[in-house]
Amino acid sequence: MSQPVLSIRNLRVEFPNRHGTLVAVSDVSFDIARGEVLGVVGESGAGKSLTGSAIIGLLEPPGRIAGGEVWLDGSRIDQLSPEAMRRIRGKRIGMVFQDPLTSLNPLNRIGDQLVETIEVHTNYRGVHARRRAVALLTEVGLPAAAERVDNYPHQFSGGMRQRVVVALALAADPELVIADEPTTALDVSVQAQIIALLKRLCRERGTAIMLITHDMGVIAEVADRVAVMYAGRIVEIGAVNDVITRPLHPYSVGLMNSIPRLNSDVESLTQIFGSMPTPASIPSGCAFHPRCQRVFTPCAKKRPELVTRGPSQVACWLYDDVPAAAEVAK
Amino acid sequence: MSSSIRASGSADARPDVMSAQQDIKSIKADQPSPLALFLDNDFVYSFWHSKITVAASLVALLIVLGAVLAPWIAPHDPFDLKTLSLLDSNAPPAWAKGGDIRFLLGTDDQGRDVFSTILYGSRLSLAVGLLSVVFAAALGITLGLIAGYAGGAVDTLIMRAADVQLTFPAILIALLIDGTAHALFGQYREESATIWVLVLSIGLSFWVQYARTVRSMTFVERNKDYVLAARLIGIRPSLILVRHILPNVIGPVLVIVTINLALAIILEATLSFLGVGLSPTQPSLGTMIRIGNNFLFSGEWWIAIFPGITLAALVLSVNLVGDWLRDALNPKLR
Amino acid sequence: MLAFVLRRAAQAVLVMVVVALIAFTLFRFVGDPVNQMVGIETSAQERELLRQQLGLNDPVVVQFARFIWAAAHLDFGASYQFKQPVIDLFAERFPATIELSIVSALFSLLLGIPMGVYTALHRDSWLSGIILTVSLVGISLPTFLIGILLIYIFAVSLPWLPSFGRGDVIALGFWTTGLLTKSGLRAIILPAVTLALFQMALIMRLVRSEMIEVLRTDYIKFARARGLPNRLVNFGHALKNTLVPVVTIVGLQFGSIIAFAIITETVFQWPGMGLLFLRAVQNADIPIMSAYLLLVAAIFVLINLVVDLLYVVVDPRIRIGGRSA
Repeated sequence: MSQPVLSIRNLRVEFPNRHGTLVAVSDVSFDIARGEVLGVVGESGAGKSLTGSAIIGLLEPPGRIAGGEVWLDGSRIDQLSPEAMRRIRGKRIGMVFQDPLTSLNPLNRIGDQLVETIEVHTNYRGVHARRRAVALLTEVGLPAAAERVDNYPHQFSGGMRQRVVVALALAADPELVIADEPTTALDVSVQAQIIALLKRLCRERGTAIMLITHDMGVIAEVADRVAVMYAGRIVEIGAVNDVITRPLHPYSVGLMNSIPRLNSDVESLTQIFGSMPTPASIPSGCAFHPRCQRVFTPCAKKRPELVTRGPSQVACWLYDDVPAAAEVAK
Repeated sequence: MSSSIRASGSADARPDVMSAQQDIKSIKADQPSPLALFLDNDFVYSFWHSKITVAASLVALLIVLGAVLAPWIAPHDPFDLKTLSLLDSNAPPAWAKGGDIRFLLGTDDQGRDVFSTILYGSRLSLAVGLLSVVFAAALGITLGLIAGYAGGAVDTLIMRAADVQLTFPAILIALLIDGTAHALFGQYREESATIWVLVLSIGLSFWVQYARTVRSMTFVERNKDYVLAARLIGIRPSLILVRHILPNVIGPVLVIVTINLALAIILEATLSFLGVGLSPTQPSLGTMIRIGNNFLFSGEWWIAIFPGITLAALVLSVNLVGDWLRDALNPKLR
Repeated sequence: MLAFVLRRAAQAVLVMVVVALIAFTLFRFVGDPVNQMVGIETSAQERELLRQQLGLNDPVVVQFARFIWAAAHLDFGASYQFKQPVIDLFAERFPATIELSIVSALFSLLLGIPMGVYTALHRDSWLSGIILTVSLVGISLPTFLIGILLIYIFAVSLPWLPSFGRGDVIALGFWTTGLLTKSGLRAIILPAVTLALFQMALIMRLVRSEMIEVLRTDYIKFARARGLPNRLVNFGHALKNTLVPVVTIVGLQFGSIIAFAIITETVFQWPGMGLLFLRAVQNADIPIMSAYLLLVAAIFVLINLVVDLLYVVVDPRIRIGGRSA
């Protein structure tokens, strides 16, 4: 098996402020294989976007990476100089943001924005760069690309703009694309198109995707594996089918059950009582224990680590039995 | 594992769940008292934390106190003609050669003590500044509320008037109004009239900003459900405006006030300096600088410089406090 | 886009009409043309005759129309103080004010914009701290105070520069310029700096806050995420987007410069229209006040119009219509 294109080990993202230090991402580890699509799901504030920003080196101060390692295709990137990191961005890791309306500079033609990206990262110049830009636009499914390459962003609809954004992210042919809620700001019908586009392009180019979203439907559609994040930690990670149909962690169970099914007939939607803690008030031990229906003694005392259980990995004392009992007995 | 988790408000009576809930209760009990929370509030914290803001507010406070308490703390009364003697005129500050300890900062050409005149002058400068801002704000907010709430022709009329006025800088408008009053009422030596004319001129130059901001916010609020509900119940529009919409509008208005106050003080000083503001018999800081300007070349610098420093310090500190207030109130910067 | 231009033009006309009304009211009802023209001995009968002759008893609308007509022909009546046609007085002093204003404007732009950009990009450097402090002082000190201080330092204590007047001027056709003589250049320095300081500080702060806002946007974040070098991000994207709103405000500031020239001309005894206007205010010389109002309004309205048109040229969202999916 070849080396994973992205490898995160014990990533920790902190925000120092005058009250102390807030830990927004804690001990997060996962791999993304070449050409694989990893979904990262969780509620707003779970730390998914911060993980993505940390990987690409765009954490906004005072946020910083306080621990752990980020490996891109075998080389470590979390400690590179800003200039070295800049060269990686776009060329080896691409990023797609949520809102296509604000992702594009309204005063620049989209052709110019494409050409400048191409010229920075490849050897194409001038006319060649422009031709490549038009080809990219055609590839993402923009009709009449050759005529519309000189249009301004406001002349496109939301879905078209997001296609342009995808084209920009893929312009330098990166090995990994981090997509942060790429469909949240779009109409439902357009969402499907963009998802299909991402799926197709990455299959064709062998690009890996880290797909950050809170929408399980999107994950089910396109991801190979999925990681469930809660309060800055990964609570479960495994193949999409496994996590969706046979969730292990009580939080994942709650998530999957809260999705209304077409073929079931319930009077009220299930919910998990309470709400996810903010980074300023994370409970001791397992972060989910105050809301867990299956909580028991070790949960409040010690934080569970990811253990393998069948095809997935899960961080829960329900599955980490032997060492937990011994710990508690002390 | 596939059993659904039902929503439940009450927990099961399992000891593990109960102990978990005990933990939650004890965390809550450790919360600090409301007073401690207030003092630890981001707003208050950023104030104490910024040394410059604290220093600036102290300076401003000093000048304000001096101005307010002038009748009691000024060593001389510069307006009591009986106490003035031309023999004392143009005396330098107390520490210079030829200075008199009675006149700490020297005297002007009429024999008035510069220090006392500064105290009284600050009083006038501040009074006119504050009054005109209050006037401008009151006028602007009222017109803004009306325009935003009524909409239609009323709105268009008020906003067009605002647009016309915005074409012109404040100083021009103030000069025009002042000049017109001057022409209409002749040489008004009536002191209080001068002040009110000034307040009117300056206030009328500044109402537009308030009106525009308030109007757009009123527009937004007016279409919200709670206002519609109030109207349905039959609550009078004026009540809706004052009780519901006005409180929401205070924040941005405060920001405008901070910018405005400094500008109003500068404008009054400028008008007085140009000779169309307060007269020498009842001088503001600007008037004093005007008088002192004539003596700069002959080396009697104290008549203009000390009022100048006071004016600069006042406006600077108002600006600094205003800057801090704007940053603190700005939701985007939090 | 055409609709936009037409709307702005209509607004300009509206403003001019309103201003003309005010100026007319001032001219006709606040001032008294007859009493200014005659001596004390003139009898009431003769005054009434004069009124009739001047058409002062005609319907107001007719007088207004006459007023506009005269104004269009640059006839604003005669000054009460100087007994000369107002337009002659203006023509004599117009170049002085305009030269001062333009030099000041250039000064404030050439210094204000770069400083604003620098302080936005290097927010924590010591130089930024100094610049910000100086700018705060710049907007806190009234223009006249700055003028006095500069005179005291550079003309009284150190006799380097003249403290009043315009120096020697050269006549070019109907224009007189002080920029081509050594004394003229020396004379314009202090007044121009005084006038420019406030504007420069304002522009600097504006550019800085706009740029900081722009640097926070998603498209800048996306540009960085694409690995574009800092120079390209800061100047190709951020600066460009910053200057669009800045340019329009700067244009409007020129009107403010012309107004503030009144103060500067007073402090430095600069023989421009501002000084003339101030004398008129002090002496209730209505014809000059009314004419100045009209003239200045025309200039401001023109500037506003140009600035709006500039906006159209510069912002593609207005220039080119909406979407075509």
